[in-house]
Amino acid sequence: MKYVDEFRNHALAQKLFAEIGRRATRPWVIMEVCGGQTHSIVKYGLDQLLPPGIELAHGPGCPVCVTSLELIDRAHALARRPEVIFCSFGDMLRVPGSEGDLFGIRAQGGDVRVVYSPLDCLKLARENPNRRVVFFAIGFETTAPANAMSVWQARAQGIRNYSILVSHVTVPPAMIAILESPANRVQAFLGAGHVCAVMGYEEYEPLAARYQVPIVVTGFEPLDLLEGILAAVRQLEQGRHEVENSYARVVSRGGNPEARRMIFRVFEPCDRAWRGIGVIAGSGYRLREEFHDFDAARLFDLDAIVSTEPETCISGLVLQGARRPHECPEFGTRCTPETPLGATMVSAEGACAAYYNYGRHLRP
Amino acid sequence: MTDFTLSCPLPVAERKTVVLGHGSGGKLTAQLIRDLFLPAFDNPLLGRLDDQAVLEAGSARIAFTTDSFVVTPLFFPGGDIGKLAVHGTVNDIAMSGAMPLALSAAFILEEGFSMEELGRVVASMAEAARAAGVPIATGDTKVVPQGAADKMFITTSGVGLVPENIHISASNARPGDRILLSGTIGDHGMAVMAKREGLEFDGAIESDTAPLHRLVAAMTAAGEIHALRDPTRGGLAATLVEIAAVARIGVEAVAGAIPVREPVRAACELLGLDPLFVANEGKLVAFVAAADAGRVLEAMRSMPEGREAAIIGEAVEAHPGMVLLKTEVGGTRVVDLPFHEQLPRIC
Repeated sequence: MKYVDEFRNHALAQKLFAEIGRRATRPWVIMEVCGGQTHSIVKYGLDQLLPPGIELAHGPGCPVCVTSLELIDRAHALARRPEVIFCSFGDMLRVPGSEGDLFGIRAQGGDVRVVYSPLDCLKLARENPNRRVVFFAIGFETTAPANAMSVWQARAQGIRNYSILVSHVTVPPAMIAILESPANRVQAFLGAGHVCAVMGYEEYEPLAARYQVPIVVTGFEPLDLLEGILAAVRQLEQGRHEVENSYARVVSRGGNPEARRMIFRVFEPCDRAWRGIGVIAGSGYRLREEFHDFDAARLFDLDAIVSTEPETCISGLVLQGARRPHECPEFGTRCTPETPLGATMVSAEGACAAYYNYGRHLRP
Repeated sequence: MTDFTLSCPLPVAERKTVVLGHGSGGKLTAQLIRDLFLPAFDNPLLGRLDDQAVLEAGSARIAFTTDSFVVTPLFFPGGDIGKLAVHGTVNDIAMSGAMPLALSAAFILEEGFSMEELGRVVASMAEAARAAGVPIATGDTKVVPQGAADKMFITTSGVGLVPENIHISASNARPGDRILLSGTIGDHGMAVMAKREGLEFDGAIESDTAPLHRLVAAMTAAGEIHALRDPTRGGLAATLVEIAAVARIGVEAVAGAIPVREPVRAACELLGLDPLFVANEGKLVAFVAAADAGRVLEAMRSMPEGREAAIIGEAVEAHPGMVLLKTEVGGTRVVDLPFHEQLPRIC
């Protein structure tokens, strides 16, 4: 298949592994920010084939994992309401809240639907004028433009029975939080390619300069990832710390200006609580004042639902790359994707779930 | 970074209600069987956990199986619920090496369901049964009020005769066996999904639904088959994991050797699904004695149902119960039962 097979080519991959091995003269810790990248790395076994000194630390870029328990509980309360059609990206259905998950709510009569695009929700809202359609708007800058567009279009089309429960998070504040953490070991970042497709990479340039850390914008196929790792190693070995674009077939420095405009027409930055990490200043989006009629959190008065995480696990440390999944004593025993004890075991893109699903033969 | 509120959601593995995942052919289905059905019905015939039971009656061995069909939409590219109901049960019988003798068909119909559509389904079933050479010998009809079923559900059961000297069971797979797959994977599941979601792909995707008993007869004539299974719900992944678990063997498969049609691959990439977990309705996986693998493969390729057959891996002594896949770029990864329905990822 075009644009896929050439990026999974065995011979080219071997060349890149060898080149990374030649370039790396000492150990380096490189963090891939995005959960999609973690998923690819472990699914294809790239980490097994890297030279032993190159450690990939898995970052916080899994939107399902970092959505706070409180917001999940609020989402579940909405999904249980008989007048609500609750729409979500598929991954979110198996994330446990304080009482069960969306699968269970659906089984008990809740109208829960998986959508591929938030724009599908507008169609549902038009077809069901007597119901209230709520979309769980989660994700990084990648999903923000389409989520914003759904609200923009709902207003333009006069759709009054549509709203979104916003849990957007953004990448740069999370990277800063990791770099400023006393436990930080990360020496270079693979930038999240699809986030940069929207946002461009200009905003990472001051970050690379201030923290003297190489940031390589990287894609998701095995060869994309290996090229990103090679570029990061090259910079580290040469003592450079630049923003470098190794995903040029998708990403440009300015990103997608139209998509960015749409985000900021509808959303504005806010503080956001990350599951397993805590509040990171300026790390989220919320709806702007003029769109409050589409804000499910206001329409449904959810403030009474306050949740605290019942136990502790090391997912906060895993999300920052400070600890690796299999270093947790509960990994693969008490904590599995069927019985997740922490956020990173829940989503397919969480580092713990990726290790368990694809890589547990190496780290029993 | 400030201090960390470390988190821990509660597990939801034990459920108070049935969820769709209990019917997905993945881990929840396995749990339900292990924790509820097996202990309740406890007997050695069921305990073999094959797709059919083999009963002994005098000197004859009779394969006996049943399957329900609830697919929506009823009609999809390459097939319909009626065809599936015939092929599914014929294939479950065939996976014991038996030749199917007859089927039963039970219909649960929803009040208000169109007579015209029902007629089309029944005609299609009749045609499928004729083509397979297996009569529908008995049946039953029930009608439930509107909303109590979704248009129509069909249950078919079947019996077949296992030839002498043929002993095929998942538990007979052993280290050294070669693993043969009869053709491309993912066609059926993606055809239904594409139709359900209203997606159109270049080079239409069609269900692979087909009866496999003739293919099995050609294979058993060509060599020693230890285990056979058709990778339906849960896909190839679930089938390999189930056989590895029952036979207490390791499985090592090679991603590059598993045939997947281009439009199916494209659709899976687009929707964030893995073809390994997507259902098939006209494919089988065989664990074959290594010395016979070449001959069996040749026999498969000489039949229309097995034209694209391939050797995709082997059974090993190491890591019993675990399936490993060699990836395109040379790494290895675990392949496990899906826990729930396969869910599209976010990005």
